[in-house]
Amino acid sequence: MNSETHEPDSGIGEGETFRLRLYVAGQTPKSLAAFSNLRRICETHLAGRYEIEVIDLLEHPQLARGDEIIAVPTLVRKLPEPIKKLIGDLSDTERVLVGLQLLAAQGGEQR
Amino acid sequence: MGDPGRAPVLVAAGLAKVPSGIAGLDEVTQGGLPRARTTLVCGGPGCGKTLMAIQFLVRGALDLGEPGVFVAFEESPEELAQNVASLGWDLAELQTRELLAIDHVRITEGEIVETGAWDLDGLLIRLGSAIDAVGAKRVVLDTVEALFGPLGNEVLLRAELRRLFRWLNDRGVTAIVTGERGDRSLTRHGLEEYVSDCVILLDHRVHDQISTRRLRVVKYRGSHHGPDEYPFLINQAGFSVFPASSMGLAHEASDDRVSSGIGELDRMLDGGGYYRGSSVLISGTPGSGKTSLAARFLEAGCERGERGLLFAFEESPAQIVRNLRSVGLELGHWLEEGMLRIIARRPASSGLEVHLARTYQAIEEFEPTNVVIDPLSGLGGEAYELEAMLSRLIDHLKTRGITSMMTTLSASEHGEQSGLGISSVIDTWVNLTNHEMGGERNRGINVLKSRGMDHSNQVREFLITARGVAIRDVYAPGGAVLMGSARAAQEAQDRAAAKAREEALQVEQRRLAYRRSALDAQIAALQAEREAEMLEFSSEIDADERADRGVAEARESLAARRAGLAIRDDRAEKPGS
Repeated sequence: MNSETHEPDSGIGEGETFRLRLYVAGQTPKSLAAFSNLRRICETHLAGRYEIEVIDLLEHPQLARGDEIIAVPTLVRKLPEPIKKLIGDLSDTERVLVGLQLLAAQGGEQR
Repeated sequence: MGDPGRAPVLVAAGLAKVPSGIAGLDEVTQGGLPRARTTLVCGGPGCGKTLMAIQFLVRGALDLGEPGVFVAFEESPEELAQNVASLGWDLAELQTRELLAIDHVRITEGEIVETGAWDLDGLLIRLGSAIDAVGAKRVVLDTVEALFGPLGNEVLLRAELRRLFRWLNDRGVTAIVTGERGDRSLTRHGLEEYVSDCVILLDHRVHDQISTRRLRVVKYRGSHHGPDEYPFLINQAGFSVFPASSMGLAHEASDDRVSSGIGELDRMLDGGGYYRGSSVLISGTPGSGKTSLAARFLEAGCERGERGLLFAFEESPAQIVRNLRSVGLELGHWLEEGMLRIIARRPASSGLEVHLARTYQAIEEFEPTNVVIDPLSGLGGEAYELEAMLSRLIDHLKTRGITSMMTTLSASEHGEQSGLGISSVIDTWVNLTNHEMGGERNRGINVLKSRGMDHSNQVREFLITARGVAIRDVYAPGGAVLMGSARAAQEAQDRAAAKAREEALQVEQRRLAYRRSALDAQIAALQAEREAEMLEFSSEIDADERADRGVAEARESLAARRAGLAIRDDRAEKPGS
């Protein structure tokens, strides 16, 4: 299993489009910070192959259950699979890259 | 303290409470849970936190028209529904009727990467929409501690939990949050720090392989509450607390007396028997007749038209009835007529609290006048626990005017150390003893104490025969109380001695009679002799007189003859003399 998953792992970040969903609750400083941090990271590491969907739970509270949202902001990587969840304002760039498995693509094998 | 202006307002307004929906808990908390506040229910795994919380919602929805929201952090809605289906609660139906909303928050450790500052608005929004959906007045978070770990930053989480609880209060919902018991604190993550209104601790101990469940209200701001640990029970009826110790000592003391069922024992008890509503302890060595004495008490009650309830921990009802029949106590028809009920359980089947809780339940149901617990040790538990629980039970019974009788095995022959420090809660203590003498054992009975009456201080013989139980008067020649064959032998001996004495007396009497008759005869003979002598003597006198008169007459006639006128003179003189 490990050797087989190695191939697609290294493929992440090279061809696939990242579908990202950012859950926020209103236009709070944290929401705004999260969005701008996300944009910056995506432009740096995923230029041209990312989609960001922002969901304001104040407007669509029912959507919180679908992705099991408790904390906001929450960033959900819908694609590539598996789904990944990141919480917080995405100010810790390194942890964001780890969370999105983008560091693995750059630095080879990541454990 | 920091806000002195606020406290008086709170006191003046009083603390609004809502019925908890948990049987007995409202008595302990004197009214229920604090309205629009959060109550923390904490305890170890499997102690019943979740069940208590669900019952709070179900009863609120069904009985009080207060819909609820259940936020499940651990179990899925399907698991929850399954777990409570046996209690007859249909969570799916409640959801359909919009009396309940269940939100399952799936969260697993290691799934979430923390990348900066966050807050719990996601949860608040979910909760808020669920509350709005059913118009909830009650909310349960079970258990919010699941958030520790997965969300990382604990400092942030604590601040957010504080905000969550404040938010719940602002929403005006009455909430229960559950927390897992910690090693040193009430909850593993110190939730009690954030929930300051009401904290309830559930405890589920296993001691000697027997589980016991207890509830304690650790704090309740602005309200009095029972300070003790109360047993609780989880059964088909759900979660019930037994707040017996909140009774205090306010029960009335009846002057009414109830017969022990044995006339002689009643006489030993100041002539009237036990006080109604008092507690009676029967102590005794094995086989001293404790059960028979207790059964006779119940039987006598049934005969008076009083219902009796027997809690038995050693024998099955059928065995009890059979065994008592052999000593002339016929309980079968009282059972059939519903005057008597026997509840037999193995002591080891459950813990002290559970036994007591079931005891309370049975008393509620059957409403007996007389209750027997045979034996007390069957309730199980440590001596100190038993003492505390027993005093609650007895208070409970006294409040209801129920006369209670408990039996206990005494280790020593004299039985005054029954191994239990329960004397203080006992009004009348009857001790049965075995006396070994002359190669046999016999039963003795005495009253060690009986409050409020002048009771006998004597040991009597307690007899169990095929015709029933009886007590015989003291037989104490020369100071030693004799029983059984020794008594019979002594009695026979005494009878023989009495007979011998009687015979000796008769002999003596006969001898006296003989002697008297002999003396009488002697007296008669002497009298006869005297009379004979007297007779002789008087005839001699007569003869002498006659002789004298003869001499005189002869002298007179001689003189007359001498002077011829003498007779005429004599006749003329006579009227004058």
